[in-house]
Amino acid sequence: MSKVNKLLHHWLLKSVSEKAFAWLEQKQAQIASGAAERVFFTAFSAVPRYLGKEDLQLIFQDLEAAQDLIPGWYPVNWSVDQAGRTLLLLTLPHDDAQGYVGLLDRVFSTADMGELVALYQSLPLLPHPELHHHRAAEGIRSNMSNVFQAIALRNPYPANYLDNAAWNQMVLKVVFVGSPLHLIWGLDRRANPELARMLVDYAHERWAAKRSVTPELWRSVGRFADSAIITDLEKVLVNGDIHEQEAAALACADSPLPQAQALLSHYPDLQSSIQQGNLTWSSFSHKLVGSREWGVGRMREQGEQGKQGKN
Amino acid sequence: MMFIDPHIHMCSRTTYDYLVMREYGIVAVIEPAFWLGQPRTNAGTFKDYFSSLVGWERFRASQFGIQHYCTIGLNPKEANNEALAAEVIELLPLYACKEGVVAIGEIGYDDMTEAEDKYFCQQLELAKELDMLVLIHTPHRNKKAGAIRSMERCIEYGLDPSQVIIDHNNEETVEEVLGRGFWAAFTIYPQTKMGNARMVEVVRKYGCDRIIVDSSADWGISDPLAVPKTAQLMLDRGIPEEHVRAVCYENALAAYSQTGQMKASDWLNPQSVDQRQLFSGNSVLRGQEPGIKSASDYVLIE
Repeated sequence: MSKVNKLLHHWLLKSVSEKAFAWLEQKQAQIASGAAERVFFTAFSAVPRYLGKEDLQLIFQDLEAAQDLIPGWYPVNWSVDQAGRTLLLLTLPHDDAQGYVGLLDRVFSTADMGELVALYQSLPLLPHPELHHHRAAEGIRSNMSNVFQAIALRNPYPANYLDNAAWNQMVLKVVFVGSPLHLIWGLDRRANPELARMLVDYAHERWAAKRSVTPELWRSVGRFADSAIITDLEKVLVNGDIHEQEAAALACADSPLPQAQALLSHYPDLQSSIQQGNLTWSSFSHKLVGSREWGVGRMREQGEQGKQGKN
Repeated sequence: MMFIDPHIHMCSRTTYDYLVMREYGIVAVIEPAFWLGQPRTNAGTFKDYFSSLVGWERFRASQFGIQHYCTIGLNPKEANNEALAAEVIELLPLYACKEGVVAIGEIGYDDMTEAEDKYFCQQLELAKELDMLVLIHTPHRNKKAGAIRSMERCIEYGLDPSQVIIDHNNEETVEEVLGRGFWAAFTIYPQTKMGNARMVEVVRKYGCDRIIVDSSADWGISDPLAVPKTAQLMLDRGIPEEHVRAVCYENALAAYSQTGQMKASDWLNPQSVDQRQLFSGNSVLRGQEPGIKSASDYVLIE
């Protein structure tokens, strides 16, 4: 059994009844020994009927173990049915890559919302990860918030496998639907000039409509700021509330341009907070959303302290 | 009073309907798989239709405070395209066990052809195998004979009458259906099925045991508020409140909760279900706030 399977097994053992666990193991045995596809399809659908939909009972060490296996895998919000469905997916024979992806396609294309969430959440754990990037891009087009968030947030798959075009669409959509950006794994690592331009354009649209923009947006902008963008940041520093000012200051600090540093020096309090490490993107995001509201535990998202793990 | 509309084709209805239905007290709906107003020519369109019943439509309803369930099946009208029907039957196991699927349905007869009979029976077999409920569509024409034959088939395939809901009843079929121990559903649909003044008299005459009221609102001239309006008319015309509650809420819940896929806590305590993934409570509809807004109209669109 792979390490991921062992971990999921261990968590489920703590979280579901013996009877439910026995049902799951029986189905796993059937699927592993090459039972008819119909067995997998009906079992995959029926998981919540046997295991229920309670939250997994995870403790801090469990989340650490997940991170150590697969950096960015942070199943803090996983439920038992999602873990059970993931185990069934991991049980499927997968030596024949094409056959495996073909079967996954059929599951995806007939999945309901709960199944889609489980499927997209499990992408970073599945074999042949390089073959799922089109599927991931498709998930980002979803109109269902749960499905979209399952792929976009707390999930290392997009940062590791999406091309820039799909990545940029995903980040922009997270902003658009009002989800917290700091829950995107690899946000800083994947920042790029085109994304910065798209985000700034979006901010201009919102301002024109007299609507606010999330200050988290500036996180992917600062490194690529040109003088026009620095003018925008100045606008935010002059007119924004404290959160917006802090974000604009952080964005200036991220920029290598003298013009940005000069702008920041007009705000010595913010500048020294940043220099002393009291104001970071991480501390900013946590203050912005309030860790309780988002159900965020101790995040190690943005590569700041991320460890290199072994799959 | 809370209402359930246990037969309504929401994929033909607007979001505005959801808002108004919620305002009138509808907390849950069941959407039976049916036809779309014109016959489909490919199994793929059935697949997408079933996917939308268990996927998008269920989600859309939840955004407006209504719990959405469905039934999965090949309707009798389209069973007459045999090549297509055989492919659709193959799809059913992919959907029958999904969350919120409360029955195999709506199945039964339309023209009462041999093909209809064949695929009806195959689906009764599937329902028996998966221990599921069945929702029966009784035909517009030759209704009484169709209803009787449907019930006989259900018994023949080993289904208990308590597991079968016979829909679109009228004054001519109600005694047969209730007498045999089946659930009797009535569709309040202008001009073609029941009117609600007639419905009041049915409840006055037969009481409220195993009788269910629904709208079957779809792409025709139909009324998604048929259930709450009928309840109001019953109260106005002297039907006891507990009888009204039974036929417009409790009986549908009693019938369909036998599956374990539909329970009152789904709408009485919806917080417990999906909150773990609603990081911000925001929907992806159009970047708008979801939830229940008043359906009153504003001139100002912000």
